Amino acid sequence: MFRRLSRWAVALPLAVALVGVAGCGSSEPGAPAAADPASGGGATTVTVFAAASLTGTFTELGKTFEAAHPGTSVRFNFGSSATLAQQITQGAPADVFAAASPATMKTVTDASLASAPTTFVRNKLQIAVPAGNPAKVDALSDLTDPKVKVALCAEQVPCGAAAVKALDAAGLKVTPVTLEQDVKATLTKVELGEVDAALVYTTDVIASGGKVNGIAFPEAEKAINDYPIATLSKAPAGDLAKQFVDLVLSQQGRDVLSKAGFEAP
Amino acid sequence: MTSTTPSPARGFADRPGRGAVTGRLPWALVVPGVLGLAFLVLPFAGLLIRAPWSTLFQRLAEPQVLEALRLSLVTATVATLVCLLLGVPLAWLLARVSFPGRRLVRALITVPLVLPPVVGGVALLLVLGRRGLVGQWLDATFGISLPFTTAGVVLAEAFVAMPFLVISVEGALRATDQRFEEAAATLGASRWTVFRRVTLPLIAPGIVAGAVLCWARALGEFGATITFAGNFPGSTRTMPLAVYLALETEPEAAIVLSLVLLAVSLVILAGLRDRWVTSP
Repeated sequence: MFRRLSRWAVALPLAVALVGVAGCGSSEPGAPAAADPASGGGATTVTVFAAASLTGTFTELGKTFEAAHPGTSVRFNFGSSATLAQQITQGAPADVFAAASPATMKTVTDASLASAPTTFVRNKLQIAVPAGNPAKVDALSDLTDPKVKVALCAEQVPCGAAAVKALDAAGLKVTPVTLEQDVKATLTKVELGEVDAALVYTTDVIASGGKVNGIAFPEAEKAINDYPIATLSKAPAGDLAKQFVDLVLSQQGRDVLSKAGFEAP
Repeated sequence: MTSTTPSPARGFADRPGRGAVTGRLPWALVVPGVLGLAFLVLPFAGLLIRAPWSTLFQRLAEPQVLEALRLSLVTATVATLVCLLLGVPLAWLLARVSFPGRRLVRALITVPLVLPPVVGGVALLLVLGRRGLVGQWLDATFGISLPFTTAGVVLAEAFVAMPFLVISVEGALRATDQRFEEAAATLGASRWTVFRRVTLPLIAPGIVAGAVLCWARALGEFGATITFAGNFPGSTRTMPLAVYLALETEPEAAIVLSLVLLAVSLVILAGLRDRWVTSP
């Protein structure tokens, strides 16, 4: 009686697995060049692990870099800084790490995988509210109202650590409805109108393109996040990795970053 | 769950057939079979080897761990009940009633299997969220808001897990001998009575198998839950969410949590399988 069922049971996971394999295969055309550490100087691919909040700016800088160095390509892995730090310490083949907090960078430097990180930008929190501000939030203290649904980042990720710091500095106790795993997920909850307010970075408010409104608050000054960047000591791309960091630190890099709402260190 | 397996179905799957064919085992089946087993089991061995055994019990005793485990077990069980209530009738409709567009409906049912669960969560928000198509009305009329509640976790899990139940039960229904139902009908039983007294006992093993799959999928649900129900200790942070968050800073804690989840589900699934799921 299970013949029909078991045919399904075999066919479905197999089909899913095949689709998955096909998807992976096609997404990494430049991979072999970066995977060979022996080719150091002659590498043509820079692999950059960067905090999710750098998605827009670093993608733009990546294009600039490719244009300035014909024949090279920049690959990005954007995500929560804490996750990226874990991936690097587990041996992910990265050349450059740009983190959203010194604490996550420290995970990597403590493992002797990078040294002397440079702070390249700073990011400040803002209160993000859905268009129209339905709960009429205009100060940090409004978030303590139990009728106001608040989303925060989990304390383990940089935006959450900053939120805790800002609320502590203000002496406020906020009970959020959810603790999201990264800043983009937090912002999504605001964009969809599922929460009345959230604490996210100024840059995320700007990147949302008007779908959420940002409210600056004075306590944010006490919880500014420094963003460190470093080349990794085992960088397969060698010099090319350093050149990418130089671009980020250059005036051209600064311009792109400050346009997106980042502050100079 | 146990009450759905009355006696007539016993032994149905124990029909002769197992072990009837003898002779040398074909390598073409044994080698890939064993490779497949190793592929599925080795990651589990990896977890066991890397587990911080010395601090294991100390970590397990933390209240957040028990809280997350309890929440996971409760929500997965309630989600399975929801799936049974809605999924068995749906499977019956698909297997026994021919209506236009049935093939399309059957394809639509597999959507949650294919959809990345995170997208499923966003879809749930768009429909049942505070500003969603239905959620807006729920909020305005009854003051019910589902996101960020334990009920939201149940919904997210049921959404992702129900196809497993429907596919199993529909398969069981199609494999049963319909002459039993026809005989009952000729003796004057209504369709409802036939379903209750004949069909249901016949497909009970299929229902249990589907419910077990459904429960296991609900227990491991992550993407739709974190997207639709959020992540807050005590109300929506289930074990998979706790594991993911622990991975950010404390991989060892994440391994411990995963082991707990694995151990609990293995015990329950092995127990159920021996007792109720008699098919090979």
